[in-house]
Amino acid sequence: MKLEQPVFNTDQRPDLQGHFGEFGGKYVSETLMAALDELNVAWQKLRKDPKFIAEFDHDLAQFVGRPSPLYHAKRLSAENGGAQILLKREDLNHTGAHKINNTVGQALLARYLGKNRIIAETGAGQHGVASATVAARMGMKCVVYMGEVDIQRQAINVYRMRLLGTEVRAVNSGSRTLKDALNEAMRDWVSNVDETFYIIGTVAGPHPYPQLVRDFNSVIGREAKIQMQQQFGRLPDALVACVGGGSNAMGLFHPFIDSTEVPMFGVEAAGKGLDSGAHAAPLCAGRVGVLHGSKTYLMDDDDGQIVHTHSISAGLDYPGVGPEHAWLKDSGRAEYVAIDDDEALAAFHLLTRCEGILPALESSHAVAYALKLAAQMSPDQLVLVNLSGRGDKDVHTVAALEGLEL
Amino acid sequence: MNQIEQPERLQACFARCKQAGRAALIPFITAGDPFVEGTVELMHSLVVAGADIIELGVPFSDPMADGPVIQAASERAIGRGTSLVKVLAMVKEFRQQDTQTPVVLMGYLNPVFRLGFKQFARLSVVAGLDAVLLVDSPPEESQLLEKHLSESGLAMIRLVAPTTTKERMQLIAANSSGFIYYVAIKGTTGSQSASAADNANSQAAIDYMRELSGLPVAAGFGIKDEQSAVNWAQQADAVVIGSALVTRLAESESINEAKQIIQSFLAPIRQAIDND
Repeated sequence: MKLEQPVFNTDQRPDLQGHFGEFGGKYVSETLMAALDELNVAWQKLRKDPKFIAEFDHDLAQFVGRPSPLYHAKRLSAENGGAQILLKREDLNHTGAHKINNTVGQALLARYLGKNRIIAETGAGQHGVASATVAARMGMKCVVYMGEVDIQRQAINVYRMRLLGTEVRAVNSGSRTLKDALNEAMRDWVSNVDETFYIIGTVAGPHPYPQLVRDFNSVIGREAKIQMQQQFGRLPDALVACVGGGSNAMGLFHPFIDSTEVPMFGVEAAGKGLDSGAHAAPLCAGRVGVLHGSKTYLMDDDDGQIVHTHSISAGLDYPGVGPEHAWLKDSGRAEYVAIDDDEALAAFHLLTRCEGILPALESSHAVAYALKLAAQMSPDQLVLVNLSGRGDKDVHTVAALEGLEL
Repeated sequence: MNQIEQPERLQACFARCKQAGRAALIPFITAGDPFVEGTVELMHSLVVAGADIIELGVPFSDPMADGPVIQAASERAIGRGTSLVKVLAMVKEFRQQDTQTPVVLMGYLNPVFRLGFKQFARLSVVAGLDAVLLVDSPPEESQLLEKHLSESGLAMIRLVAPTTTKERMQLIAANSSGFIYYVAIKGTTGSQSASAADNANSQAAIDYMRELSGLPVAAGFGIKDEQSAVNWAQQADAVVIGSALVTRLAESESINEAKQIIQSFLAPIRQAIDND
């Protein structure tokens, strides 16, 4: 497929200091500033370099298997009633999720900067696997930090990483989930900054990461825009994507930001319900603060301590969110909603049974909201859902919830 | 060069040390650790053992720049209900008996942001605090906070790292007060000691920061005993000792034991600095 739009949107967000309105920035220790500046200088140059972009596009086509299909889920749509549901099939990418788009790009960047050691944090394990994969392909050493809790609920992905030659380091501080893995990866980076490239897996963190990760994932939205024209002759009536840190949503949304006639919905994890406190929905139920290098929405207590989050899906179980989402929320360009564990599970089963597609629990949140939204729309309308990953990794979790041991 | 008014207690402290021909000793402890009650008592013990300035850690749930020792201390302290407001109350209690020893709060931005910059500055002045070091609040992102602090006469301490460029050193010098904190190694708090290569570059960086800012420069990160303290005391105007002390305190089972640890660990270091 020929991508006719500019490959990387060169708009004015973020500004030169990495701000999206009041959000974003570089709230990090001085010990990291030099590394971030080095990365930023390289990225501002390379994102406009035709040779780098050609190399990235080549890898996306030949290694990732892009473009990913835009699939009309006809039986699901009929079963649900209302608008037609279209799935952007990121689950069909190599390694089974959108995460590989970003790691392929950042691995190229690491090579450009002459760094031979890669580190990454992971929650669900998808970003860890995607990082381990590109490290194996490039012959680089790789260390992935993962919370102990996540290691238990994502055993298959842990073993996949080890098969790929990556060292998985268990993180047992704090809530032992994604946020603590991110802290630990940052610490590693501070200590080994000369030879190490830190591949952040989402659009959070200090500048330039939110921009960098968005740029690499925006291939999702660029393809979707073209596929909509080719298959339906128009743009969709709504976009829906799940939001943990927010990389798959940002990847889909970004090329549509200026197409203001298309409403965008980001779906956070309501966990056991927004009122229960056991959720991971900073945009819906949090407030502005500073975490992991960015000013953004987050979940904290009245003393400013980051609180433990809950979601059935490890990939959404994060108390912060990418700063560009914070900006999209406050500017009104995107709307953020939440889906609880039960609703996500129901959508997981429905999509699996109706279409023969087993979605990741993360993506099931997006599907669940799309079903609600579509039910209130007419059958000639189109709702585009980002099916960000496949659900094989979650089979054990789902079985356990149903009292089965595999 | 520096436009910001210097807080008196800090200035007087560095003047005393300079007159005595030695570096200042700055121990770090995490507020609320190892016991939620007793931090103030331990602060007084630090002074008795030879502390010139006290660095008091405000525990944060996600201390990205700290190693395992301070992380664990922070978790313990938060678990016992230590909050920023309570830490400021500890400073206030300390001040009732000690009007001379400067106290620096070290922590992360979000608890301060949540309390509100204005309220934080107000409570800090009432408490008798002297300076603030917020690890994740670089000059580029702290204009509003700096405004509130300087209006209240509080110093803003900033870090300089071995990787900091000359351009950034100028930016940091222009936006610092009290003193500058030179991070002696690439790493988190409590990492291994500085390498010979780090040492060679550090003297140049410390001298350059003194010249740019007109402020004293403290060295910290990786200082753990008499020998390393003396090494850095020769290069810098002050030495900070954190993780090595916090590790020892974590093993204490009572306040009295903690006080003894402070005396037996810190006093010889102060002596070594004095005799050097």
